[in-house]
Amino acid sequence: MGKAMLEIKNLHVSAEGQEILRGVDLVVNAGEVHAIMGPNGSGKSTLSYVLAGRPGYDITQGSIFYRGEDLTPLPPEARAAKGIFLGFQYPVEIPGVATMTFLKHALNAQRKWRGEEELDAMGVMKLVQREAGKLKISADMLKRPVNTGFSGGEKKRCEILQMAVLQPLLAVLDETDSGLDVDALRLVGDGVSALRTPDRAMIVITHYQRLLDHIVPDFVHVLSQGKITRSGGRELALELDREGYAGEQPPERIPARA
Amino acid sequence: MSARPETITAVEAAGETYKHGFVTEIDSEFAPKGLSEDIVRFISAKKGEPEWMLDWRLRAYRRWLTMQEPAWAKVDFPQIDYQDSYYYAAPKGFGTRPKSLEEVDPELLRTYEKLGIPLSERMLLAGVAVDAVFDSVSVVTTFKEKLHEAGVIFCSISEAVQDHPDMVKKYLGSVVPYADNFHATLNSAVFSDGTFVYIPPGVRCPMELSTYFRINAANTGQFERTLIIADKGSYVSYLEGCTAPMRDENQLHAAVVELVALDDAEIKYSTVQNWYPGDKEGRGGIYNFVTKRGLCRGRNSKISWTQVETGSAITWKYPSCILQGDNSVGEFYSIAITNNHQQADTGTKMIHIGRNTTSRIVAKGISAGASQSTYRGLVSIHPRAEGARNHTQCDSLLIGDKCGAHTVPYIEVRNPSAQVEHEATTSKLSEEQMFYCRQRGLDAESAVALLVNGFCREVLQHLPMEFAVEAQKLVGVSLEGSVG
Ligand SMILES: Nc1ncnc2c1ncn2[C@@H]1O[C@H](COP(=O)(O)OP(=O)(O)O)[C@@H](O)[C@H]1O
Ligand SMILES: [Mg+2]
Repeated sequence: MGKAMLEIKNLHVSAEGQEILRGVDLVVNAGEVHAIMGPNGSGKSTLSYVLAGRPGYDITQGSIFYRGEDLTPLPPEARAAKGIFLGFQYPVEIPGVATMTFLKHALNAQRKWRGEEELDAMGVMKLVQREAGKLKISADMLKRPVNTGFSGGEKKRCEILQMAVLQPLLAVLDETDSGLDVDALRLVGDGVSALRTPDRAMIVITHYQRLLDHIVPDFVHVLSQGKITRSGGRELALELDREGYAGEQPPERIPARA
Repeated sequence: MSARPETITAVEAAGETYKHGFVTEIDSEFAPKGLSEDIVRFISAKKGEPEWMLDWRLRAYRRWLTMQEPAWAKVDFPQIDYQDSYYYAAPKGFGTRPKSLEEVDPELLRTYEKLGIPLSERMLLAGVAVDAVFDSVSVVTTFKEKLHEAGVIFCSISEAVQDHPDMVKKYLGSVVPYADNFHATLNSAVFSDGTFVYIPPGVRCPMELSTYFRINAANTGQFERTLIIADKGSYVSYLEGCTAPMRDENQLHAAVVELVALDDAEIKYSTVQNWYPGDKEGRGGIYNFVTKRGLCRGRNSKISWTQVETGSAITWKYPSCILQGDNSVGEFYSIAITNNHQQADTGTKMIHIGRNTTSRIVAKGISAGASQSTYRGLVSIHPRAEGARNHTQCDSLLIGDKCGAHTVPYIEVRNPSAQVEHEATTSKLSEEQMFYCRQRGLDAESAVALLVNGFCREVLQHLPMEFAVEAQKLVGVSLEGSVG
């Protein structure tokens, strides 16, 4: 294609009248993995929401182009069908809807949107079970309602399962590593790496460099106070891990106690 | 559309009689407007009813004249002029039936399409008298034979009055007496038709019974009367109406359903109601005033109501259980969805009379648009009901901020050993859940449908399989336009 998969220019975003992103620039090409690191509250999740089209976040300046198309007017479901996947930092519980059922609806909604034939229940089941096996997700868990009563680790593995089933072109994974033990981290890391192909791209948001042992990034960026303050290669993550985000953030204000 | 070979045979065999049937029906099936003793006599005479039946109707009518329309429900509608109705018109009769799909209201057809109902059924449900109708004739025949072998009686209540008078005399009004309430009393005076079911001792009814499979079901009037008797140790599952909208010019539906379960018998009664709810501005729609009551007369008997109420402009309905037999069980699983300007006041009554009687209530109310939904439930434990138990779970989901949900539980406990538990929750459709679904590819309407189905799952699980599938689709259809 030659064109960037994702091109974010001077992006300013506000929520509830408060500016959160203050001029983000980022170019992601197909085949690349970008890691975004940064302190809490720096706007990482906000960036992921804006890419996915979450209502309530207003773009006040700048632009987002995805595969040559202006992303901003598209509703979330259209972006999903066009291949954007968001792995949530806090996956949402959907009581009463079995994970398998949810995936069937999601997959077929996307296929329908793209003018592809919908899969029957059997087809979806086979696909989901195959991917679930790789992530050591049991058949029982697939019958349970989406994220309901799941442990933190189960929720994150379930996000990766959804990604594997939906086969996105651009995956944004928001702190998929938090709350995972070493084994789960490996499963998730392997799951993500398996989806790494020349025509896909990933943005991996994380606090810790340990995930990046499993998903080796091509680029690492530091987001601080709504701006990308540093960019580099893999080694930047290691450096940050050693030295923290010192200098990326003003000293924390200690709230006065009443 | 193509007809199956058996259908064609059935059509050829039945063709002449049917044509005839249509003509006579058109000529005869009208009574003058309004309500009077003469009209009651007219209805009874039309059906060739015996004296005792007419007497019963007349007693009801005279009683009705002394009664007041109830005003306690949280519903609001203009005064109904009972003299401005036909009490015996061929209800959407054969004469006015659309002749082809072109004559059917396109909006109605779109709804059927959304429900995924095959064309032939759509035509049947829209009242198009073509192959589809005859299709069901052959279905009915096979059903009838199978049921006959099992000794099950499944016929219209008019037929039952003629063919099984002793049973009708014994049970009609035994659960809902003719003087029970304004609407039930009116029904007792003028009921047009309905269904009669009797399951003999020890028989497990070999199939789910449904009015859908009775040809006149599509034409039952606004005053249906249903009577189901499960004799000792028997079981029956009954599905009311069908899942497609039955549109009707008539505004008022006042049906009565009576269930009787003897020792060790079980009745499972499922309803999916999606009558015309009126338009977006709240014009038109059905007023649905229904009295449904089951009597667990025998020991260890069980009656279970499951309802999915999505239609009607006004719903006033409290399927109840009288737990008279010791160890008897009553259940009520309900989903009530209101959108636009619909109003629903629905719930149940569990009357514990026998010892160790148990009841369980799960009510899910979903309100969208400018609608109002009220759960009104009574749990009454009588002094003799040693060891009675009830558990009530009542959940409301609000979509948008113009609608309302209300929970009105009445609890009367007159036996200290009873255990009564009531849980209630009210929540809003969450923005987080919506976004999560949409991020996965579901559009806003599908997301609402999925979330609401999840919210209702506990109840949907109690519906027979085919019904559950239709009900799930219906949930989506009835909430269309509820999110922007
Ligand atoms: N919907 C919102 N409304 C108001 N403020 C928000 C909203 N979402 C995030 N914020 C604020 O924006 C800042 C960045 O949040 P977030 O993007 O979650 O950061 P991170 O993911 O990097 O921890 C925080 O101060 C947070 O309180
Ligand atoms: Mg975050």
